[in-house]
Amino acid sequence: MKNDTFTLGGKEFSSRFILGSGKYSMELIKAAVENAGAQIITLAVRRTNTKKKENILDFIPDNVTLLPNTSGARDAKEAVRIARMARELGCGDFVKVEIMKDSKYLLPDNVETVKATEMLAKEGFVVLPYMYPDLYTARDLVNAGAAAVMPLASPIGSNKGLATKEFIQILIDEIDLPVIVDAGIGRPSQACEAMEMGAAAVMANTAIATAGDVPVMAGAFKAAIEAGRSAYLSGLGRVLERGASASDPLTGFLRD
Amino acid sequence: MAENQFFIDSDKLSEAALERKHKLETDPSSRTNHMEYMPGMEQIDPTIRNKVLSEMDNYDYNKYTARDVQNALEHETCSVEDFKALLSPAAEPFLERMAQRAKIETGKHFGNTVYLFTPLYIANYCENYCVYCGFNCYNDIHRKKLTFEEIEHEMKVIADSGIEEILMLTGESRAQSDVEYIGEACRLAKKYFRNIGLEIYPVNSDEYRYLHECGADYVTVFQETYDNVKYETLHLMGHKRVFPYRFEAQERALMGGMRGVGFSALLGLSDFHKDALASALHIYYLQRKYPYAEYSLSCPRLRPIINNDKINPLDVHEKQLCQILCAYRIFLPYVGITVSSREQKHFRDGIVKIAATKVSAGVSTGIGDHESKYTGKDTGESGDEQFEISDGRSFDQMYNDMESEGLQPVLNDYVYV
Repeated sequence: MKNDTFTLGGKEFSSRFILGSGKYSMELIKAAVENAGAQIITLAVRRTNTKKKENILDFIPDNVTLLPNTSGARDAKEAVRIARMARELGCGDFVKVEIMKDSKYLLPDNVETVKATEMLAKEGFVVLPYMYPDLYTARDLVNAGAAAVMPLASPIGSNKGLATKEFIQILIDEIDLPVIVDAGIGRPSQACEAMEMGAAAVMANTAIATAGDVPVMAGAFKAAIEAGRSAYLSGLGRVLERGASASDPLTGFLRD
Repeated sequence: MAENQFFIDSDKLSEAALERKHKLETDPSSRTNHMEYMPGMEQIDPTIRNKVLSEMDNYDYNKYTARDVQNALEHETCSVEDFKALLSPAAEPFLERMAQRAKIETGKHFGNTVYLFTPLYIANYCENYCVYCGFNCYNDIHRKKLTFEEIEHEMKVIADSGIEEILMLTGESRAQSDVEYIGEACRLAKKYFRNIGLEIYPVNSDEYRYLHECGADYVTVFQETYDNVKYETLHLMGHKRVFPYRFEAQERALMGGMRGVGFSALLGLSDFHKDALASALHIYYLQRKYPYAEYSLSCPRLRPIINNDKINPLDVHEKQLCQILCAYRIFLPYVGITVSSREQKHFRDGIVKIAATKVSAGVSTGIGDHESKYTGKDTGESGDEQFEISDGRSFDQMYNDMESEGLQPVLNDYVYV
């Protein structure tokens, strides 16, 4: 398991924990990145659109890959414009497409997300679309040139865990790209479960940003994600839904 | 219930003006129909207005019990009925529990952040007679409208202090501060600020579109009170007297392409339970029609004005204000809540840890006096203030205070697209 890495846009990553940078202080972001061992950190382009004092880019270690997101975009065109801004700001070619047309639940608009992914992939971006876990959309995203798909576990910020578990499992089983579980992961145990299911990586933000001790929680997520990954790779043993079971209850009568 | 004494006569008014003023104050038949649109005012679908006002009319807040409040606090999502219970007098003993729940909701949606901004008044001419307002056309104050050079100078001074989000305000005079004047001010603001909001007289959707194209993306309009009968007795003259046109301003702003809209009643003018209910429902119903828009609430309480230092928010004490804000947060967890410098330091420092997400800093409600207020330098004549502020902290002080409260001050979280 020593060389257990995954690849996005030709870049290899050994950490499977993608850290969000919203909702907490800049100093803590630095400590969180270190404790999380994260190699990818997301940041909102609109947060980097600031003049002084609190520019987030100054607080992110150099060896970390930036994954700017297009939050604030309400359709594909706006997402493309924000992604281009990110590139101009020197954030590199990675972009997480986030298109929300609902300020209450912040659920992604899958149709616009496919459109934006196609446009950005053509412009040479490494596109990681945040999406509602729908198999048809995921296939469209593959065809549109996405580098991964990022299905939501539950609504952003809700810390409710794997509410969409069955549908994420379908994506993991059917889609050949890395499936990165994003949004709604509230506890390390939930991140661990996503990794046991075979997710390529987990992204978390609010759960860490609002924890009592941010750096310690970042470390807890790191450990949970690694544990879940190891469990997946080792092949999970049998887990009974209920009761016990005899060895061959139905086919024991067969003789030759 | 106690009432504010709003009527003040200036000795500078002519006899004819005084006579007209007194007639407006005492003879309702001398006033125009406040429910009738004036020529040129755009009329839109009144469905949302009708829904909000009928809910408000039917709100009997005395019927709610402690059990209703407890149930509301136990429900995972807060229904309209739950919200009504949380706003009722029965909820007063549950303030600490409401605050705890509100804090959790704020954390989920906003984390530990607090946004900072400052208002910039560019003119204080006004054509309305709103009896509680320092800018009202009968109030004897020093009037001023900034030239573009003066606006730019003010902006430089403010931007140098570190502020990146500006809310531009005018008195309500189309004749003195027309839409083009405000649009040009927006274009100037784009050079100095990342985020531009407007708090001006309500305009038509095509005018909002023009202002959006000039760089503004947020529009705040205070309804003052949602009780149209009370409204009629407070707004005696001018276009602001037209209740439905003001009510529909935010929807027209969204039709004009603005990203976000802000709302509020001016607490202390009327029954605050009903006004708070209507303010939140105004957002609740608009959000269902325009789900992509951003929404925010303010919570201004009446303040003393020049020539009338007795004006006060009556029965809306800090406890009631806190109850309203907690109820807002629990019912509308995704909505920004702004607490202005009308409130004192101790209240603002406390409420940002519970429900508020945005505070102003380095505030002046006067016209053209930022340099003298920021640096002490005498910069000549300025225009008088709209109301007295209660928290005069500078941007740096506010930034440091918020940080020391364990919050992350955010100067900007927005791009114009």
